[in-house]
Amino acid sequence: MKSLVQDRRAQFGVAVLGLAVVCALAAPLVSTGDPGAQRDIVATRFLPPLSTDLHGVVHPLGTDRFGRDVWTRLVYGARISLGVGTLAVLVSVAIGLVVGAIAGFSSGLVRALLLALTDFALALPRVVLLLLLAALWRPSAGLVVVVLGLTGWMSIARLVQGEVRSLAARPFVEGAAALGLRRARILARHILPNALTPVIVAAALGIGNAIMLEAGLSFLGLGVQPPVPSWGNMIASGRDTLLNAPWVATAPGVALVVIVVACTLLGDALQDALSPTSRSSR
Amino acid sequence: MLAALARRLAAGVAVVAGVATLTFFLLRLAPGDPVERLLGPTATAAQLAAQRQALGLDRPLPAQYAAWLARIARGEWGRSIASGRPVRAVLGEAWPATAALVGLSLLLSYLLGIAVGAVQAARGGTRLDTALSVSTVTLFALPGYWLGLMLVLVFTYRLRILPSFGAHGYDSDALAGLARMRDLMRHVALPLTTLTLVGIGGTARFVRGAMLDVRAAPFVTTALAKGLTAPRVWLHHVLRNALVPVVTLLGLSLPALFSGAVFVEAVFAWPGVGRILVEAVQARDYPVVMAATTVSAMLVVLGNLLADLLLGWVDPRVRHGERGRGNVEG
Repeated sequence: MKSLVQDRRAQFGVAVLGLAVVCALAAPLVSTGDPGAQRDIVATRFLPPLSTDLHGVVHPLGTDRFGRDVWTRLVYGARISLGVGTLAVLVSVAIGLVVGAIAGFSSGLVRALLLALTDFALALPRVVLLLLLAALWRPSAGLVVVVLGLTGWMSIARLVQGEVRSLAARPFVEGAAALGLRRARILARHILPNALTPVIVAAALGIGNAIMLEAGLSFLGLGVQPPVPSWGNMIASGRDTLLNAPWVATAPGVALVVIVVACTLLGDALQDALSPTSRSSR
Repeated sequence: MLAALARRLAAGVAVVAGVATLTFFLLRLAPGDPVERLLGPTATAAQLAAQRQALGLDRPLPAQYAAWLARIARGEWGRSIASGRPVRAVLGEAWPATAALVGLSLLLSYLLGIAVGAVQAARGGTRLDTALSVSTVTLFALPGYWLGLMLVLVFTYRLRILPSFGAHGYDSDALAGLARMRDLMRHVALPLTTLTLVGIGGTARFVRGAMLDVRAAPFVTTALAKGLTAPRVWLHHVLRNALVPVVTLLGLSLPALFSGAVFVEAVFAWPGVGRILVEAVQARDYPVVMAATTVSAMLVVLGNLLADLLLGWVDPRVRHGERGRGNVEG
């Protein structure tokens, strides 16, 4: 743990993510308070960053084509993007843990079937699946969580399966079985807690990926729908005004990159701290 | 080797069949059908029913599925409901564009990624390594569609030197030879750069890790102790062995790369399978969606098979059969 606290990548990751979460939670306090606020649309639209409109309101990141404050939409969009990303990863971790644990702890047909299912799902192009699933119901934030969760569990299931399998052969598991504990209890209380390390790392990396995909779906119009701001639909709407107001698409993109970098660095640092054998690698 | 390849081929066929089946049922579960979109909001119920009957969409799902399987077995992909064109023609135009874009960016991002990762590993812990690490993790975090927009902003809108739309200029039919080639290169530049830059990050990070893992192995110390020069050890001993997991990653990264291509094609209006897929899903154009997903699954499976063959070339242990069947090659 000590090495993790001193790790500059972990420091950066925690600082950035912490700041983003605080901004998202305290969105009404750090912004104009209404991501849909429009006063005089014609007079306040396309204001460049750091300008003051005729009502005396400062727009640190400028305004979009409807005169809405980009900074306000960014912090409210952070609620959606961070929330959806985190929930989606929780869904995939839950599915991955169940599938991986059962596959790793059972033998014969059950394992073979679950592993085949995992490999099959892993071989599907994820976006094809995302497009199809997203078309099934009316696009919404909840749908994005489900869709990303359903398409992101495979690598976690594989990791858990491998860990559980190797742990199940260890003497302490034999001991627990000799004590007469039920198999389900051995799996849940003795094996799974020891198999969580790679899951934590994969989850940290997965959150960045999920946030990126959420934005991608919203960018294609299949995710969070306007006027609710999400970073993806902000980039999509900024695309139309790229020529005269490039800041509208730039701001959410930069925020997205910074958050994903923070998640990746935190994941790297966790990986090194939790598994000393692979130190310095990756 | 041949037996393993046959097994992989069978698994690949199963994946493609599974993708097609899954797509078939998911698509028909989705609200809205192609007939509503084709005939528009003013169509009467009778007109809708007649058109559905004409397209066979009023029959029960299992019957429709069986009919689709029978048609595919005969090699009939059907016609697009939205445009009326044969699906074969629609995809025949699209898949080379996607394969070219994905293939070229795969090649470039792996060559550059391996180079960057190797330099980082060889200079591990130095300022150069740190600087490159910061760069690669940033590239890794870039969403392709946003990077694409930023490149359009700089190269199309500000510098005005590269086009950002489609694969050809409006006058490309009138061009010949070199001029036509130049037109294509100019159009491919931005989408290719976008996909390649995003790909370099992940590859370089992986190569650096793999090389540092190999660097710690005893045989590398032995090689250095024998007096071999450092560049020789890095190239022939470390890099060569680090390439084994890298080639495995190559196969695994294909679905992700194809996914990235879907977004990038949407941004640059690149006339590939991804763009057709997005449009067809929105229009519920069943035959086109089915064909586009099947083709994309086939591209991914074929890529994985190629990666397997490449693995045999990189790693002789794979070529000769891992399970120690002596020195019988095959």
